[in-house]
Amino acid sequence: MLEITTTHYLALSFVLFTIGLIGIVSRRNMITVLMSIELVLNAVNLNFIAFSYQLGDLTGQIFSIFVITVAAGEAAVGLGILVAVFRLRGSTEIDRAQEMSG
Amino acid sequence: MDFLVANGEGLLFYFFALMMVVSALLVVTLRNPMYGAISLLVSFLAAAVLFLLRHAEFVAGVQIFVYGGGIMVLFLFVIMLINLQGLAESQRFLPHLPWALILGVLVVVMAGMLLSGVDFGAAGDTAVMTSIDGETVGNSEAIGWLLYTDFLLPFEVASVFLLVAMVGAVVLGRRD
Amino acid sequence: MSDWIWLVPVLPLLGALTNGVLLRGRVSNRGATAVALGSTALSLGVALVAIASYLGSEAYKAGEVFEKVVYAWIPAGTLQLSDGSFQNLSIEMGFRLDPLSCVMLFVVTFVGFLIHVYSVGYMAHDDGYQRYFAYLNLFMGAMLLLVLGNNFLVLFVGWEGVGLCSYLLIGFYFKETFPPYAGRKAFIVNRIGDFAFLVGLFALAERFGSLGFTEIFSAIEHDPSLVTGEYLLGMSFASFVALCLFIGATGKSAQIPLFVWLPDAMAGPTPVSALIHAATMVTAGVYMVVRSNALYQLAGGVSELVAIVGCATAIFAATIGLAQTDIKKVLAYSTVSQLGYMFLAAGVGAYSSAIFHLGTHAFFKALLFLGSGSVIHALGGEQDMRKMGGLRKHLPSTYKTFVIGAVAIAGIPPLAGFFSKDQILAGAWGSSRLLWFVGLVTAGLTACYMARLVYMTFYGEFRGTEEQRHHLHESPSSMTVPLWILAAGAVVTGLLGIPAFLGGGDWIGHFLAPVIAQVGTDHAHHAEVWLEWVLMGFAVVAAVLGILMARRTWGGDRGLEGGAAWAGRFPAVHRLLVGKYWVDEFYDRWVIKTLAALANGLRRFVDGYLIDGVFVHGTAFLTEMTGDLLRFTTTGNVRNYALYFLLGLLLMFWWML
Repeated sequence: MLEITTTHYLALSFVLFTIGLIGIVSRRNMITVLMSIELVLNAVNLNFIAFSYQLGDLTGQIFSIFVITVAAGEAAVGLGILVAVFRLRGSTEIDRAQEMSG
Repeated sequence: MDFLVANGEGLLFYFFALMMVVSALLVVTLRNPMYGAISLLVSFLAAAVLFLLRHAEFVAGVQIFVYGGGIMVLFLFVIMLINLQGLAESQRFLPHLPWALILGVLVVVMAGMLLSGVDFGAAGDTAVMTSIDGETVGNSEAIGWLLYTDFLLPFEVASVFLLVAMVGAVVLGRRD
Repeated sequence: MSDWIWLVPVLPLLGALTNGVLLRGRVSNRGATAVALGSTALSLGVALVAIASYLGSEAYKAGEVFEKVVYAWIPAGTLQLSDGSFQNLSIEMGFRLDPLSCVMLFVVTFVGFLIHVYSVGYMAHDDGYQRYFAYLNLFMGAMLLLVLGNNFLVLFVGWEGVGLCSYLLIGFYFKETFPPYAGRKAFIVNRIGDFAFLVGLFALAERFGSLGFTEIFSAIEHDPSLVTGEYLLGMSFASFVALCLFIGATGKSAQIPLFVWLPDAMAGPTPVSALIHAATMVTAGVYMVVRSNALYQLAGGVSELVAIVGCATAIFAATIGLAQTDIKKVLAYSTVSQLGYMFLAAGVGAYSSAIFHLGTHAFFKALLFLGSGSVIHALGGEQDMRKMGGLRKHLPSTYKTFVIGAVAIAGIPPLAGFFSKDQILAGAWGSSRLLWFVGLVTAGLTACYMARLVYMTFYGEFRGTEEQRHHLHESPSSMTVPLWILAAGAVVTGLLGIPAFLGGGDWIGHFLAPVIAQVGTDHAHHAEVWLEWVLMGFAVVAAVLGILMARRTWGGDRGLEGGAAWAGRFPAVHRLLVGKYWVDEFYDRWVIKTLAALANGLRRFVDGYLIDGVFVHGTAFLTEMTGDLLRFTTTGNVRNYALYFLLGLLLMFWWML
């Protein structure tokens, strides 16, 4: 049990991913949702690193760097949108923004 | 003492893994997003440690700088920008939380079942992680080398992406 | 020269095509006549030449048949026979000339042509003149296919074709309500027989891998055991097929139990009744049985059945004919009765006698029908004999030829009917005294009802209206000339079958001998000469008695009183006969109403409830319901959709496990 293998990392990554997904799916507050997205991306990063170590290939780590990069960009833009919508509606519960739904 | 040395990796892993999971749970469940943001930061830092355990030193560094020092700060700024009163929400969770919980638990259980039957075998050649063309250098140098040779195009694209994101964020953030 | 045999059915078909489709409505009556008569006359010409050529050929002298294959019609590929071997089933469109088909061919083309000529005069004032001739030509074509075909399937095509034309021509006056009904009745009753016929054909194809006459019958002759083993329901193969084919024959040739369509078929124009329902189409069943004599000889039980049914039908129809008042109905039942004689002959093994009677009957029955047509035409459409009378003064030609026909059918020597009927009775005597006796009684009845008809129509006082009397006139020569020709035939054709002991050579018997397969052990016995004289005497006496009885009741100037007196003495019997033994009513109640109820029930349940309700409406309803339910999943809420992702993920994992 104390011998850490890739399986451990994967399990951990999975749990984090699920937690993040539940957060995305069921929190009302948009900021929390964005934070949950970051959690998910983080879990994915764990996965990549674990496999990079397992396979002896640096590509996984490179990819992690790019994931972080994209996460940063996406967080910035997402927050920008959130702020714009908040100014419009006065609330971060964006579920109310359903003009596009059928 | 010997016990610690022998099983250091395991102990570190479990400790920081636990920290990650707990803080992740906190992020998802805390009412106040400020506290949530702090928990997220903790989660990131723990992740960085876990990266270190896997010889991903550069990525760990990047994680701390970018995630912790950049993204979380951004979050905190935005949270504080938006009036705290505006963050008082009617309810924390959406109506379909039970479904999400059930599905989530099931997914984890199934994944566990799947994983338990898989044996990945011995780890690969970790020397690669710190070498360029056989010459031992260091993780950062190795990654740097790859980034500017094999992965040059994605690197450039990523920089353009960041530029675009920056412009987008500025435009979105204007008050008029 | 016989190579042109294929023209014989094709020419009338072309005539039908021309009159019916190509020149429809575009030519005058004269043009239509030219096409119709021309094609039929040409067909007759080619037929005669082909017959002469065949009879003069070496092949005939060697006892062989002439076959001409036009093309491979259905190359059906390999068929696994019942004995497990494989055979190429290939059905060809081929024609066959042998003594039997020569006789049939001559009868059909000759009598058919005469009736075409007659129709020119009879139908001259009808609007549907061109249509009539198109149908008539179509009929000729189909009938010729039937008699010339060299395999069962071509025969069946002709069989169905004449059934179709029968329907078309019976319902010719489609603007009235009854003729179309009668046409449908004919077609549907025929269909019942046809179904049995087809089953027989399937069995034959499965056993022999072929439907050709040569293949099947020579195989049977070589090895009778092919068909005598047990097959189905305790019957031998031969019995089963013979029975199936015979059921088909009862439909087409109006025997018990499928005869009910023939009397109603009189709704069609009289020449049609003459051609189709007297001379040719109804004889197809007899032809088919005689053609298949190899099978019938090996199926003793079924042959007995054939004889019994034929005999029963003969007397049954004769009794009904005695009480009918419509001149055509009397003749119709007479036809049914005479067909019964033919089947009686076939059943007892006297195949050549059956064909002989078929030939003589064609002549005198056609003559009688055409004569009655002449009467009806002269009276402006009147068919009820109670309104006729004394017509011999006004319609001399018709009267004379009619009497010739009546005497012929009654079986008075030396006219044709005597010889053919006598042959049949002699054959029946050889098989069963009872059959002979019933046949004898029927002969007497035949003479009686025919004489009755003659007396009621031509003798006594005219009982019609003044207006009819005013218009009374002899028919045009286009109608009377065929009458005389047929009358000559009715006299002369008897000479073909003068039995040996009278000095003749039974020419027809010898002529047809090659067609009779040599399989059975029982061949018609020839009785001693004195016995034959005695039997002949009985037949003549019965006929004369019948005529005398009729004369006493209806003859001379007695008019209708005699008949009314008899009806008064036996009212129940009279009602039974007039009501045709209530057979139609019986069928209507037990068969038609049951089937109609069944059909209605099926319609309501299967079609209405099952197919419309469950399948069509049900499917629509299910789809609608599903749509209604699934509608709730499109919330527009993205996070809901993320939940679905989770669900999908779960399912994927589940699948992977």
